[in-house]
Amino acid sequence: MALTGLEIYKLLPKTNCKDCGFPTCLAFAMKLAAKQAELAACPHVSDEAKAALESAAAPPIRLISFGDAEQRIQVGNETELYRHDKSFFHKPGLLVRVRDDQPLEEVERLVSEIDSYSVDYVGQTLSLDGIAVQSVSKDPATFAKYVGAVRGKTKRPLMLMTDDAEVMKAGLAEVAGTTPLVYAANSDNWEAMAALAKEHKAPLAVTADGLEPLVEVVGHVRGAGVEDIVIDPQARAFDDSLEVLTQIRRLALQAKPDRLLGYPVITFAGEGSEGAAEESMLAAQQIVKYAGLVVMDHFDPAVAYPLLALRQNIYTDPRQPVQVTPGIYEINAPGKDHQLLITTNFSITYFSVANEVESSGIPAWLLIADSEGLSVLTGWAAGKFDADKIATTVKTSGIADKIGHRKLVIPGAVSVLSGELEDELDGWEIMVGPREAVDIPNFMKLWKA
Amino acid sequence: MAVALELSKKKWTGQVREVVLGATEAEGGTRSRTVTAGGENTLPFLDFEAPVPNPPRIAVEIVDRKPNDWSPILIETWGAVMDDPAEWAKAVEKLDVDLLLLRISLMDSEGKETTADKARASVRKVLDATGLPLIVFGPGQTDKDIEILVAVAEEAAGERIVLGVCDDKNYKTIVAAAMAHGHLVDARTAMDVNLAKQLNILISDVGLALNRVLMDPTTAALGYGVEYGYSAMERLRLAALQGDKMTQQPMLVTPGEEAWRMKEAKVGEDVPSSWGDWEERAISWETLTASTLIHSGADIVVLRHPESVHRVKSMISNLWKKGE
Ligand code: B12
Ligand code: SF4
Repeated sequence: MALTGLEIYKLLPKTNCKDCGFPTCLAFAMKLAAKQAELAACPHVSDEAKAALESAAAPPIRLISFGDAEQRIQVGNETELYRHDKSFFHKPGLLVRVRDDQPLEEVERLVSEIDSYSVDYVGQTLSLDGIAVQSVSKDPATFAKYVGAVRGKTKRPLMLMTDDAEVMKAGLAEVAGTTPLVYAANSDNWEAMAALAKEHKAPLAVTADGLEPLVEVVGHVRGAGVEDIVIDPQARAFDDSLEVLTQIRRLALQAKPDRLLGYPVITFAGEGSEGAAEESMLAAQQIVKYAGLVVMDHFDPAVAYPLLALRQNIYTDPRQPVQVTPGIYEINAPGKDHQLLITTNFSITYFSVANEVESSGIPAWLLIADSEGLSVLTGWAAGKFDADKIATTVKTSGIADKIGHRKLVIPGAVSVLSGELEDELDGWEIMVGPREAVDIPNFMKLWKA
Repeated sequence: MAVALELSKKKWTGQVREVVLGATEAEGGTRSRTVTAGGENTLPFLDFEAPVPNPPRIAVEIVDRKPNDWSPILIETWGAVMDDPAEWAKAVEKLDVDLLLLRISLMDSEGKETTADKARASVRKVLDATGLPLIVFGPGQTDKDIEILVAVAEEAAGERIVLGVCDDKNYKTIVAAAMAHGHLVDARTAMDVNLAKQLNILISDVGLALNRVLMDPTTAALGYGVEYGYSAMERLRLAALQGDKMTQQPMLVTPGEEAWRMKEAKVGEDVPSSWGDWEERAISWETLTASTLIHSGADIVVLRHPESVHRVKSMISNLWKKGE
C-alpha cells in the first residue's frame, strides 16, 4: 500500500540539506507521495529506508510470469476489488491438467488439440494458455517422460505438479530453457522446493489448507529467497472458492498480513466440481472472482470459447469501450455496383456485422460511423448514431465516389430512422436490414444494384 | 512462526428489501406457494459477513404462442408443449423452479396483433395450469404493453404477479394497475445506477410500496456486453449495502433471453469449428451469462433451457447455505 507523505518523511534523514532540490525533507516526502519525485534524488537515504520505501511502492499483488518470451502467462498486479473502480488488468491464465498415469498417447493427443485451439472473438485470437502436468505415479522417470512428451507437443507455458522434490527435479530437467511454474511447496517440502525454484529461476506455488497455514509457508519460502510466488489456499468448492478468494483479494490490497497474500491465486475448478458442466460453472466464477490461474480437468471447445469470451469481457477496461477506426471497409473485394451497409464503431457491433458480411461471400462496402464506441441502439439513444450522424458519415466519407448506386442499408434496430434519412440524404434510397447480424447473409442475397 | 490473521469482514449498513412474489389462497391468490427474493446484507454468498436469507431465484420463460424467433435447440427441447402455454407451464413446473415468466407476444400465431382479451385468456390458462408465482412481460412496445398489462393485472387480481417491463415511459399506468390489483412491477432501466434509482423513486412517488418493486438493470449476453450489466449490478448492490434506500430492490435479469438471441446459441451451421458442439455451446452461453450476473447480485434470473436450469440450480445449491 502506498505510504503517505508523513510516513515517508519518517524514513528520510530529516537534515533538510536540500541536495534533492527541495527545501526540506518533508517537502521532498510530499512530492514522493504524490509520485512527482524519485527517491534516487536524495543521496543520503539509508538502505533500510530505501528497502522499506521500495516495498511500499510495490504493487499489492505481485506480477508473476512463466513460460518463455514468446508464450508466457503473466498474472497479478491487480489493484481493485471491483472492476468498475478502475479495471482488472491481467487476465487469469487458463490451464488444462494432464496426469502421468493417463495413457501417453491420450495425453499427447489432448495437448496437441489444446495447443492448436484458438477462437476468433471480435478480431482477437483467443486461446488457452498452458498445460499442467501432474505426477500421480510419484516416479521421477515416468514424470520426466510425460513432461518431455508434453513439451514436445506444445510451447505454451507449463506447470509441473508434484510434492516430491525428486520427482520435480526430474520434470524440471525436461524443460530446461523455459520457465515452468513449480507446484507446489507445502509445510513439509518447502525447503527443497524453494531450492529447486531458485535454481531454475521459476515461480513457486505454495499450497496449504487455509489462510493461516498458507501465509506461514509463504513466509518460509520468502525467507528462503523465493520472490515469485503463486498461492493455493486449497479452497476448492464453489462456496469456499468465492469466500477465500474474496478474503485474499481484500487482505492483499491492504498489504496484510505483511504482504504474505500479495500473490496471484491458483484454483482447480475440476477439483471443486463434478463433471465438465459443473467445472465450467466453477471456472466461470473463478474468472470473475479473483483467480490468477484456473486449472481445469476437461477440454471442450464448446466450453472453452464461452470461458475465453467471459475472461475477455470481465478484463476489458471499463473506462474505454473497445472501438474500431471509423471509415470505409471493403469486404470480399467490392466493386461500384455492390451493396453498402452502415453500422457503428463499437468493436463488438463491427465484428458481428463484418463477420457475417464476410462469411456471406458477397462483396460489399461497410461504412463505419464514429459512434464513439457505442452499439447501434445505445448510439442511437445517445445521439451518436442518429440520422444526422449517419447522413454526415455518408457525406464526408467519400463513399459516393466509390459506388455507382445510391442505396444504403441501415441496421434493422434503427428502422425508424429511414424516413428522416431519406430527407437528409437527397437522392439516396434507405433500405432497412435485418435486426440481427446473423440474418445479414440471407438479406444480402436479395441485393439488386 | 505462526501468523495471526485477521479476516476482512465488512459491516454493511444497508440491506436489500425482501420482495414476496405470488399469493396463496390464504393471501387472496391461488398460487401453491410464495417465493421471496432479496434480503441480502452482504455481497453474493458472502455469508461469513451476514446470513443470506434467500438464494437467487430461477424463473423460466414461456411464450403465449410458439415463438418463431427462438433457437431451433429450444424449439426441439421443449417440443409440442410450446403450442399450448398451459402445457408449457406444466412442463416448467416439473423442473422444480421458483417462478414462471409468461411473455405475451405482439403477433399471434395467425399473424394478427394480440389483443388484451387474448392476453387475459393466456394468463388465465397459465394460472390455472400451475401453482408457480407468475411474472408477465408485455410485447415490449409502450402502447401495447400498457393495453395488455392493464388487462392482465385485472385478470390476475390478487395473485401478486410481477408486471413487466415497467419503464420510464409506461410506469404511471403500470404502477396504477399493480396497485389496483395487488401486484408487483419489474422496473427496467438501461444499465445505469442513477437511472435505476430514479425509476424506483418515480414508482414510489406514485404510491407503490417498495416491497413490491423489482429492479431490472437490463443485461446483455456473454460476449455482447455482459460486463456492462455486471458492473452496473455490482455498483447498484454496493450502493444498496452502503445504505442508499432507493437502490435496495432485488434485481431481476434475463440472461436466457439475451444469450439465446446471440449467434453462438442460435446458429449451428457454418460456424467456426472452434465453437465446438452447438448445444453444449448454447447452454454454456446461457449458464455462464447467468452465473456472471448471479455473482454480481442478481436475485432472479430468467432462463430458457431446462439443462441450464439444472446447472444454475446446482451452482446455487453449492453456494447458498440456507440462510445460515
Ligand atoms: C451494453 C449497453 C450499454 C453500455 C454501452 C455499450 C456500448 N459500448 O455501446 C452502456 C452501459 C454504457 C449503455 C449506456 C446507455 N444505454 Co444502453 N444498452 C446496452 C445493451 C445492454 C446492449 C447493447 C449492446 O452492446 N449490444 C450488442 C451489439 C453487438 O448490438 P448492436 O450494436 O445492436 O448490433 C447488433 C444488431 O443491431 C445488428 N447490426 C449492427 N449493425 C448492423 C448494421 C446492419 C446494416 C444490419 C443489417 C444489422 C446490424 O448486428 C448486431 C448483432 O446482432 C442494450 C440492451 C440490450 N440487451 O440489447 C442497452 C440499450 C441499447 N441502451 C439503451 C439506452 C437508453 C442507453 C442510455 C441512453 C441510457 C442513459 N440514458 O444513460 C446510455 C447511452 C450511452 C451514453 N450516453 O453514454 C437502450 C436504447 C433504447 C432505445 N431503443 O433507444 C437499450 C436498448 C436498453 C433499453 N431497453 O432501454 N448501454
Ligand atoms: S536530499 Fe535527502 S536529506 Fe537532503 S533534504 Fe532532500 S530528502 Fe532531506
